[in-house]
Amino acid sequence: MMKMSKRTKYILSIALAVAVVLLLAYMDANKSEYSYAIAILQRSAIYAIVAVAMNLLTGFTGLFSLGQAGFMAIGAYTVAILTIPVESRPSVYYINGIADALSNASLPLWGALILGGLFSALLGGLIGIPVLRLKSDYLAIATLGFSEIIRAVIAAPQLDRITNGSYGLKSIPNFGSVYDVFVIAFLCILVMILIINSSYGRAFKAIREDEVAAEAMGINLFKHKGMAFIISCFFTGVSGGLLAVFMRSIDSKTFQVMLTYDILLIVVLGGLGSITGSVIGSFLITAAREWLRFFDNPLVIAGFQVPLFRSGFRMVIFSLVLMAIVLYYRKGIMGSKEFSWDGLYRFIYKLFSKLRRKTPGKEANHHE
Amino acid sequence: MDISVFLQHCLTGISLGGAYALIAIGYTMVYGILRLINFAHGDIFMMAGYFMIFAIASFPWYIAIPIVLIATVILGVLIERIAYKPLRNAPRMSIMISAIGVSYLLQNLATYLFTALPRGYPSIPLLKTIFQIGPLSASLVTLITPVITLVLVYILILLINHSKAGMAMRAVSKDFETAQLMGIKINQIISITFAVGSLLAAVGSILYFTDRMTVFPFSGALPGLKCFVAAVLGGIGSIPGAMVGGFILGLGETALVAMGYSTFSDAFTFVLLILMLLIKPTGLFGEKVTDKV
Repeated sequence: MMKMSKRTKYILSIALAVAVVLLLAYMDANKSEYSYAIAILQRSAIYAIVAVAMNLLTGFTGLFSLGQAGFMAIGAYTVAILTIPVESRPSVYYINGIADALSNASLPLWGALILGGLFSALLGGLIGIPVLRLKSDYLAIATLGFSEIIRAVIAAPQLDRITNGSYGLKSIPNFGSVYDVFVIAFLCILVMILIINSSYGRAFKAIREDEVAAEAMGINLFKHKGMAFIISCFFTGVSGGLLAVFMRSIDSKTFQVMLTYDILLIVVLGGLGSITGSVIGSFLITAAREWLRFFDNPLVIAGFQVPLFRSGFRMVIFSLVLMAIVLYYRKGIMGSKEFSWDGLYRFIYKLFSKLRRKTPGKEANHHE
Repeated sequence: MDISVFLQHCLTGISLGGAYALIAIGYTMVYGILRLINFAHGDIFMMAGYFMIFAIASFPWYIAIPIVLIATVILGVLIERIAYKPLRNAPRMSIMISAIGVSYLLQNLATYLFTALPRGYPSIPLLKTIFQIGPLSASLVTLITPVITLVLVYILILLINHSKAGMAMRAVSKDFETAQLMGIKINQIISITFAVGSLLAAVGSILYFTDRMTVFPFSGALPGLKCFVAAVLGGIGSIPGAMVGGFILGLGETALVAMGYSTFSDAFTFVLLILMLLIKPTGLFGEKVTDKV
């Protein structure tokens, strides 16, 4: 089996990037036809950010947080409140009016996203720092509880003038262009990759492998765990902000625990500890959710209605997939490896040699 | 506040706390043995609610209740066998994800089978009998919940301290591998633990839902989390601790609702968790455990 030269890999990577951009440009040019596909891709890119952020924490540092939905809610509400055009605010807050301090506060999208991320990191710090001093088991339960609290607080009548209570926020302006989400997602994931490959990232991995040994090597456990958690919260908040812009209207029910579980499914399917795995997983799962919609509709084959097929069946299948992966295929798609051209080449090579072995006729031809 | 109103709220709080205590014991026992936060426990509790709805549809209540208890125990043990047993030697993260997977599956399954709309919980006339004590009025279920809780906890503690299975349970929770070497069948002991936990959750669900009157697929999620917090408050692994934690949560929550802060009654639980972890991480009755290298 021959190896690929560095140059080939380089060319392949550029070709892939160009192909993706061209595909997007083509879809953008024929918007009317592809708007559904674009929406799926955008949602996938947004989920990819959260998934990588969750992986940074769970797969690379070995900490388990289940507060994704809550942190996304913080980012989403920050972005929504700051970017809804000032003139349409009275119609959004038509019941209780908007708080005076907020009525004219507005930021461009990028500013609002960063602020949303910072808020979410701040709250993450507040909840994480006391909990991380102890066994990290409690982090899962504290963050899960926290995300439920956030939802309750957002819908609380006391905050009607800020979050519009249970009515939710709408008329959030859309992205300027189709590329915005992808560029932001790319930048966020790039930053996280750089962090993971830095000395901090190596410290995270050391903590994941063995806390006691890492501490003996002079790694400050509390500092690094806190850092990983706060970075993860920041990017979760940013992706929540993007989700708000993508959905155009949000309310507290958007950010239920189910959202966290969906992200967890993506991370586990992609492989704990693999960034490319998380990205692939988020595109795969988001697309599969759409494809599998037919499970939710009654299916009639030759006049006979197949039982089982009705509303909710899709989610049952999803949860069974999660269980199957955890029980039988714990490594997920990528394990803890990253995507590489060599890996892909090896995979295809193996696949072909297997096929050849299975069909002896073909092999005979080959020898002629 | 009027004294009788105050007493009325206390009664409600103690009753809610009793139901919480019963669920919390399931968490504390499983955590004590497997070091696993059994995220599915709250959903087992929810399923017990649905079992009751279906059992009462075709049986009188005195047959329906045993059916519910047995069905819940079977569900609990089955979950352990299918989802946790194959992961005995896997990293702790995997088994935690598996627990979340079960919780996700049970919620989705309940949504699929019974729809997301709340279903009316059957009211057993006997439990709903109203008693009038001076200015206080309470249904029988409110009065007997704390009594049932105390009795069950007492029996459980007796069993754990004096029966053979209880002794094995304590051994397994102290040291998994050594217990195995001493000839304890750990799989059997773990199954018993799940059976006891599910049984108490089923009793708790009957008491809890009789007061709430509706069940929906997510009605187990939040009570489940709260009860885990109750277990942590009391010191995880300690059964009397879980009971005390449950009563503290029940009373605190009812007090907040009575004062008009009902939106924040859920938040209260988690604030309490964080405060407790800051001040006394081992909980009220927990033992100090040092991590072995």
